[in-house]
Amino acid sequence: MADLPLYNARADADLAWFSNPSFRASGLQRLALGLVAIGVVAVVVALAGGAEASPQVWGGLALLGLGGGGTLYALGGLARPSGVRTEGTMTSSNQARGAVGWLVGLVLTGLYVVLYFAPGALGGLIALGDPLSRWLRGQPATLANGGQWFLYTTAYTLAVGVMGVRALVRYRHSRYHVARTLSVMGFQTVIAFALPMLLIRLQQPELYLHYTWPLDFDLFFPWKVAELRAEGMLGLAMVVWGVLLLVLVTPVLTWRYGKRWYCSWVCGCGGLAETAGDPYRHLSDKRLSAWRVERWMVHGVLAAITLGTVVLWIAALADVPWLDAVAVGFSNQYGFLIGSVFAGVVGVGFYPIFGTRVWCRFGCPMAAILGLQQRFFSRFRITTNGGQCISCGQCSAYCEMGIDVRWYAQRGQNVVRASCVGCGICATVCPRGVLRLENGPDTSPARRAGTPVNNLIEDLDILV
Amino acid sequence: MHVVIVGNGIAGVTAARHVRKASPEARITMVSSETRAPFARTALMYVYMGSLTLAHTRLYEERFWSDNRIDRLLGTATGLAPDRACVQVDGADLGYDRLLIASGSRPVFPSWPGVDLPGVRGLYHLADLERLEQATRRARRAVVVGGGLIGVELAEMLRTRGIDVTFLVRETRYLAGQMSEAESARIEAEIRRHGVDLRLGAEVVRIEGTGRVETVVTTEGERLPADVVGVGTGVRPNVAWLGGTLDVARGVRVDRQLAASAPNVWAAGDCAELREPPPGVRAVEPIWYTARMQGATAGLAMAGHPRTYDPGLFFNSAKFFDLEWQVYGATAGPGDDWEAVDGARALRIRTADGRVRGVSALGMRLRQEACARWITEGWGLDRALADLPAARFDAELTPAFQRPSSPTA
Repeated sequence: MADLPLYNARADADLAWFSNPSFRASGLQRLALGLVAIGVVAVVVALAGGAEASPQVWGGLALLGLGGGGTLYALGGLARPSGVRTEGTMTSSNQARGAVGWLVGLVLTGLYVVLYFAPGALGGLIALGDPLSRWLRGQPATLANGGQWFLYTTAYTLAVGVMGVRALVRYRHSRYHVARTLSVMGFQTVIAFALPMLLIRLQQPELYLHYTWPLDFDLFFPWKVAELRAEGMLGLAMVVWGVLLLVLVTPVLTWRYGKRWYCSWVCGCGGLAETAGDPYRHLSDKRLSAWRVERWMVHGVLAAITLGTVVLWIAALADVPWLDAVAVGFSNQYGFLIGSVFAGVVGVGFYPIFGTRVWCRFGCPMAAILGLQQRFFSRFRITTNGGQCISCGQCSAYCEMGIDVRWYAQRGQNVVRASCVGCGICATVCPRGVLRLENGPDTSPARRAGTPVNNLIEDLDILV
Repeated sequence: MHVVIVGNGIAGVTAARHVRKASPEARITMVSSETRAPFARTALMYVYMGSLTLAHTRLYEERFWSDNRIDRLLGTATGLAPDRACVQVDGADLGYDRLLIASGSRPVFPSWPGVDLPGVRGLYHLADLERLEQATRRARRAVVVGGGLIGVELAEMLRTRGIDVTFLVRETRYLAGQMSEAESARIEAEIRRHGVDLRLGAEVVRIEGTGRVETVVTTEGERLPADVVGVGTGVRPNVAWLGGTLDVARGVRVDRQLAASAPNVWAAGDCAELREPPPGVRAVEPIWYTARMQGATAGLAMAGHPRTYDPGLFFNSAKFFDLEWQVYGATAGPGDDWEAVDGARALRIRTADGRVRGVSALGMRLRQEACARWITEGWGLDRALADLPAARFDAELTPAFQRPSSPTA
C-alpha cells in the first residue's frame, strides 16, 4: 500500500486504539457500552448453547444490547461539533492497520469462513435469531432451514442500521450524506430484509427487488428462471422486473445521475460499505498499479458471468450433455469463488486491511456495467472548481474507490471515472471547496482552454 | 541543457513539470533541504491532526519523478555564483544552464523576550511538525498568537489533541483588514464553537519560563499559563542564502517574465518580488495559487517560451475550523459592499462604479468561473445576484442561501 504500511507499527507504539487520542467517552456513551456488553454476553451464552431454552430472552438481549447500545453510543457523537472530523484516523490502531485493525479484520474473516464452510459450528448462535425469525418469517430459525443466513442477514441489517446512525451523526452537516445514508438504511431494512422475510411468511418466492443479474448472478440462469416461473405470477414478475432493471432503469438513471444512484443509495454491499465500512474507507489502494488491476479484474468478472450465463442457456436449449456438465461446474465455481469468497470473505472480512469497497471495485459485475455506462455516456462527473486545489491530498486519501482525485483536481480537470460511486466524501473533506458532484453538460474550464479563471498554463494551446 | 530548481514547493514542482512538458531533452535537477518527495505544505496541519499521513501529502507517486526524469537532490543551497553559473549545495558546486530560485519563505517570530524558550513553536517546515509533536505530547494548555491564517490552523490542530487553547489576536476583530464586521463575527463564533478562548485586541509582551515556556504575559498584564506557544505571525522570503549575488529587496526582484537580475536566473513563488507588479497585484504574494502560476510561467521561460506573468483575477481561500471562505477579486479598497447573511453563512459583493469588483463567500462554495465572469466582464450587482443560483458550488441538497429579495447597495 502506498499510503499506509500493511502493518502500521506506529499505530500501536504510541497511539490510540480506536479513535482520536483526545477522545473520551461521554456518560451517555458509557451507558451505551454497558448495553453493548449485555449484548456480547448474550452472544457468548448462545455460543455455549445456553440460549436454546429461552431464545426470546437471549435473542432479545442480544438485539437490544448490540443494536440499542450501539445506536446510543453512536448518538453520543452529537456532543462533538458538527463538521468534517477526520482527525485521528491515521493514528488509530483500528483504522490505520494497527494490531486492532488486523484483529478486527481477521475475526470478521474467520466468521465469514465459518458461516460459509462450517455453519454447523454456529449451532447455538442461530437460536438468537429464532424469535425474530418466527415473528417475521413465521418459522423457527434452525440450521435445517437456513437459520444461519437469517442470523447473518439480521446482523448485516443491524450493522447497517447502527453504523448508519453513526454516519448520520458524523455527516449531519451535509444533507447529501444524510439523504444517501437514510436511503441505504431504508433499502437494507425494507427491501433487503423485511420484505423477503414477509414473502417467505406468505409462502411466496423470496425476492430482492433491488438486485438483478449480474449481481444476483443466477437470476437469469435457465433453472432459476424456470423455478421462478413455476412460482406463479410473482415469480414471473420478478424475472420481468430483473430484465427491466437491467436494460431500462439502470441505463437511464446512470445516464442521469451516474452509478451513484445504485452504488451508494440502493445497493446492500454499498450500504454496508458506506455505514459499517466508513471508518475504513481511506484504506483503499490509490496506486496507478491498483487501478490497472481493478480494470482487468472487474471487467474479467463481468465477462465471466456473461459468458457463463450464455453457455448455460446454450446447454439448456441445445441439450448437449457435456456442455451441461461444464455449465453446472461453472455455476458452482462462480457461486463459490465470486459469490462467497470474493464478495463475503475478502469483500467484507478485509475491510480493516484493504478498505471497504474491495468487492465493489475489483469484483462486482454490476458495478462494471454501471461503470461503463458512467464512463461513456453519463452526465455525472466531479467538477473541479477552477484552479483552487491546494494539493493537500484529503480527497484522494478518503476515496473508498482508490481514485487519486487530487491528480485531477490539481490539474483543474473534472473527474470522470468508471469506478466512482459518487459517495461525495472527496467534496466534503476538501478544505477549499474545490470539488462538486454534478449532473449536466460538462463545463470544465480545463476542457475550454483560455478562459480567464484557469491559470494553469499547461492547458493553454501553446503546449499542444 | 541543465535546469536547476532550488526548492521543491509548489512553485518549484510546477516549474519542473512545465520545463519537462515543453522541453523533452532538458536535464532537470530539483534541490530541497527538506524532503526528496515534494509534499503539500498546506496539508501539514492535517498530518499533525492524524487526518493524513505524510505520504498522502506527496504531490505525485514516486514513479512520476522517474517517468518525467526529474532528478531530486536532498541538500541545502548555501550560495550562488552567477558569474560561474553555479549554485552551491551543501558546499559543493552544482552547475546550471538555467536556474530557478523557488526557495519559499521563512516564518518570522516577533522579538518578544522569551521567544527562544523551548515550547515556542511555529508551523512552516516539516521539521516544525515533529517539534510541535514533541512540545504538545503532554501539553494541557496552549497560547496561540497571530490573527492570520496560520494562527487559526494552529488553534485547530491543538484542539484536536484536547489542549485548552487561548488565541491572542492583535486586531479588535478577526481579520479586520479583509473581512466585514459580519464576516469577522461569524469566524469568531466558529473559533469559539470549537472551544477556543479567543482574545481580540490582545498582544504578547513577553514569554516567561525556566528551561521551557510557562507563562505568556499580555499587554493587559494578564498572565496566561501555557505548556506550549504557537506562533503564526507571518513569513518573509527565504533569500538570505543568496548573499549579495542578485538584486534582492524583500524577495528576489524579477521582471514580468520572472527573470532575476543575473542571466539565466529566474525566481518564482514566495521568494520572488515583482519589480513592476500589475495593478491590484502585490509585489510579494506568499500564497499557494500565485506560487503555482509563477512556477508555470518560470518553467516555460526556462524552456524557451517566455510569457508575461499574468495571475489573472485574484482568488484565495481558507478554512476556519469548519467554516470555508472563498474570495475573488478586490473585496477591500474603494467601493461599496452589498452584504447578506444567512445563519453562519455570509455573502459580500463589492461594487465600484456600478460594477462588481470582488466577491467574498463565507460558509458557502461558489463557482470560480462564475465569479470571475461577473468581475472580468464588469457585471452589475443585480445581474450578478440573479446569476447566484448558477454560481453555487455547494454540495447537492444544501439549502439555498437566503438573501433579501431586494438588494441594497
